[in-house]
Amino acid sequence: MAQIQPSSGAQYARLMSVGGARGSRVVDNAEICTMIDSTDEWIRQRTGIVERRWADENETPLTLAVEASRKAIERAGITPDQVGAVICSTISHFKQTPSLACEVARELGCAEPAAFDISAACAGFAYGVAMAESMVRAGQATYVLTIGVEALSWMLDMEDRSTAFLFSDGAGAAIVGPSDVPAMGPVVWGSAPEQTEVISIDSWSDVDPGTNPKIHMDGKKVFRWATTYIAEKTHEALAKAGLQPEELDVFIPHQANNRITDSMLRHLKLPEKVVVARDIVQMGNSSAASVPLAMEALLESGDAKSGQTALIIGFGAGLVFAGQVVTLP
Amino acid sequence: MASTEEIRTELAAIVNEVAGVAVEDVQLDKSFADDLDVDSLSMVEIIYAAEEKLGVSIPDEDAKNLKTVGDAVAFIERAQA
Repeated sequence: MAQIQPSSGAQYARLMSVGGARGSRVVDNAEICTMIDSTDEWIRQRTGIVERRWADENETPLTLAVEASRKAIERAGITPDQVGAVICSTISHFKQTPSLACEVARELGCAEPAAFDISAACAGFAYGVAMAESMVRAGQATYVLTIGVEALSWMLDMEDRSTAFLFSDGAGAAIVGPSDVPAMGPVVWGSAPEQTEVISIDSWSDVDPGTNPKIHMDGKKVFRWATTYIAEKTHEALAKAGLQPEELDVFIPHQANNRITDSMLRHLKLPEKVVVARDIVQMGNSSAASVPLAMEALLESGDAKSGQTALIIGFGAGLVFAGQVVTLP
Repeated sequence: MASTEEIRTELAAIVNEVAGVAVEDVQLDKSFADDLDVDSLSMVEIIYAAEEKLGVSIPDEDAKNLKTVGDAVAFIERAQA
């Protein structure tokens, strides 16, 4: 019988860099309230959002993803031709094929990376990071470009005053590559298949020509799931990495809603010294992009530092979730 | 089985923790939304915490009818019976 040579890769993987791109258009609550029946105070109280970023007329998921990816590649100290795989998480790429990952690879001038999109909504970046970590350790790629990108302003239901103010446009990208020391804990991920209808986007086959599918969400169900079940999963991710809460420096939950973050913190009982991402205040909820954008913002402001231990967790439409402990790039 | 006053006291502690309302303000005749300024998201948390701490199940379709502290206490009393 033939002896098949299996793949083998690095012993450990790490986040080597993170880069972000935010939609250029700043849309504050006053502007949103010209489009929907709401108030600045109501939006701030329910979500913490003061303003959000939307793509301008020249920006698309592709341009945002490319801008974020260029930063991530440069900060990792590699070149586009060294990227061995591109994983792009998005729910706002309007073509079934080619994948956005292939288009990004083309724009970046990558050589011939494996390239594909995944659909894991607000958990997408964490899903991508988990897959990239496995790929690096299995030897399937040395450097994996992992992207979360959305242009959700294109799919807002402006008749729905419970979601129209929430979502935003941006991209976050990271290079996952080999490491000499452990720098990523085991992923805790999964889905809630009985809750597929809680957050959804219309099917293209159901919308009128010339219009886009719209996002729909049962906010209370998401809130309850996130503040209870996902809070437990956050604990689990920490425990699987063999860490005590005192050993955590930074907590970067998906920027769904500040009230969800507040409630998770009450359940988690993290030490006060833990820095908590609050990027939603200026960015809104950018789904798959929210975790890497928040990570980049914390590193740029100096509130978090390279080498610190962070817990990232994404959760959203599916319902799906993924979280893990990482060393910050 | 807990008395009405015991349930009210436990519920008051939950409302205080979740929404920062003073425990002495959480009286049976008070409306969560109108008198105690508890919004819909805090209500979700209060219902969940009440289920956990008081050992009852409060389905969504019942939860939306709990307008006052008295409504919630009465529901919990019946559920515990």
